[in-house]
Amino acid sequence: MTRFLLNRLWQSALVLGLMSFAVYSLIGLMPGDPVDLMITADPKITAEDAARLRELYGLNKSIFERYGNWLAAALSGDFGYSRLHAKPVMQVIVPAMGNTVILLGLSFALALAIALPAGIAAAYRPYSKTDYAINLAAFAGISVPPFWLALMLIIVFAVILGVLPAGGLGTLGAGGIWENARYLVLPVASLTIASIGGHTRYMRAAMIETLRQDYIRTARATGASEARVVFGHALRNALIPVVTIIALDFGYLFSGALITETIFAWPGMGRLIYDAIMGNDFNLALVALLLATLLTLVGNFLADVAYVWLDPRISFREIER
Amino acid sequence: MSAPGGKGETVWALTGRRFLKHRLAVASLGVLAALALAALSAPLAEALIGVDAGAVDLFNRFQAASWAHPLGTDEIGRDILVRLLYGGRISLIVGLTAAFASAVIGTMVGLMAGYYGGRLDAFLMRTTDGVIALPLLPLLIVLAALDLGKIGLPEAVATSEYISLYRIIVIVALVGWTTVARLVRGTALSLRERQFVLAAEAQGASAFRIMTVHILPNLASPIIVATTLSVGNVILLESVLSFLGLGIQPPIPSWGNLLTNAQELIFEAPSLAFYPGVLIFVTVIAFNFLGDGLQDALDPRATERRG
Repeated sequence: MTRFLLNRLWQSALVLGLMSFAVYSLIGLMPGDPVDLMITADPKITAEDAARLRELYGLNKSIFERYGNWLAAALSGDFGYSRLHAKPVMQVIVPAMGNTVILLGLSFALALAIALPAGIAAAYRPYSKTDYAINLAAFAGISVPPFWLALMLIIVFAVILGVLPAGGLGTLGAGGIWENARYLVLPVASLTIASIGGHTRYMRAAMIETLRQDYIRTARATGASEARVVFGHALRNALIPVVTIIALDFGYLFSGALITETIFAWPGMGRLIYDAIMGNDFNLALVALLLATLLTLVGNFLADVAYVWLDPRISFREIER
Repeated sequence: MSAPGGKGETVWALTGRRFLKHRLAVASLGVLAALALAALSAPLAEALIGVDAGAVDLFNRFQAASWAHPLGTDEIGRDILVRLLYGGRISLIVGLTAAFASAVIGTMVGLMAGYYGGRLDAFLMRTTDGVIALPLLPLLIVLAALDLGKIGLPEAVATSEYISLYRIIVIVALVGWTTVARLVRGTALSLRERQFVLAAEAQGASAFRIMTVHILPNLASPIIVATTLSVGNVILLESVLSFLGLGIQPPIPSWGNLLTNAQELIFEAPSLAFYPGVLIFVTVIAFNFLGDGLQDALDPRATERRG
């Protein structure tokens, strides 16, 4: 078990390392470099000045050399300054991270609270009217463009009804906790709707498969109540693949956060990454992207652990193959 | 399962009959055909209504629906209906080509991993896992923001009018191949041990021949289903990137970039935000139902297992 976990950790570290180099090189390929930006800000800079600045910042060195320098600094805790925010990168990222965790956590919990019962209800009588309706709704949820859904929510609740704010975070302490909670309603709702469909389909598929197993028939034959058969015997087994898939979907959740935060002007990680890339804030974009990758890898790692924890039949040795 | 068909019924007739039973899939096929036809006839609609798709008319901004402009006009007086039809061309082209390209890459990766096995398999599948694990959208944004001049593309290509179209197809194909790769690898792994493959090997067929002639045809069904389902996803991705201003660049319209300005104008002209999104929604859900129906028709064992 420890060997498996160590193996996975090592693999994740490798992916993260490769990613950091890939992203570092990609960001170098974006339009403009820091010296170009200085030239636009100060037209008096001559060509010699620009060359000297490039020399000073090491921009004339090879990509490997520059990456090495960045990595050495990053490993000693120096992630550089954010150009847009004029602060050390970490000071910008930490509060944004907090906002994203609130947003993602709430919608994740809400989506599961709706999707799991819906999936079970659909699977209990496959191809019935209930199943049909739930399936249709799930397909709709998967197919709706998330940013358009957000726009429609804004139109209905902020433009037509005027009951909820169209975006922002609210001012802390200005109107009490409920006033601030109003800013969360639309972003959380649009993120939740975007992920319910997929979760419902996973839960339905897993539950249908499980309910057809022999031990379910046996449980019924012993006279166990339907509730006990479904929630006692079937659910625990059906949850195994669902938990894994949902944990693997962590990266997808992050993409959703980027869209939602950008539209609702929610100051979280997704919006931070978008603004940093669009605003040529290289240091910030690099670290924020790597942090997003790290979070996704942690999610995948937890999925592996949950898989074995939920299903004692599977040993770590088996999935190692 | 339905009653077995007549003695002379071909596989295709059987498949067709199973497909027709999935009513939502049949309806979706009709909707998609209608959408494609409408998009193809965009110049015709332009001529009929008597407007130019790109014609700016600042005296007629935000017009309501009328005979001259069936869906009204946008913030600089262009006809919304004609723009939607031209946008549909782009969105459908991107969806179909990028899904096809992803399927080709995924099939090659999956075939090699499944057929050769061993270290190559381990390497390719770890790479696939790695790509799946990445936070997709933030990375796509970086890729979409790259300066193509810096990676050595000739100036003429990097600045051509349709570069944003090619770029988005390439980007989506680069990250979209993982599903097909896993599917193909899984099936190829078991097909490799089957007798007809062993027989071909014994006759001295080359690895390339075995993969393409003997294994690939047996993979057609899952590949077709997965590709159909991915068209919808690609259209969603294109629309998100274009909405964020990183996908298809104006003046070329796509359903995604028609929504870019809509958010700023949401209080003045909410209907601008409505139509393109509805079309994306309808197209994506139709492709998803179509994929579901094809799965029922082409892979009945999966359906039996399901229900």
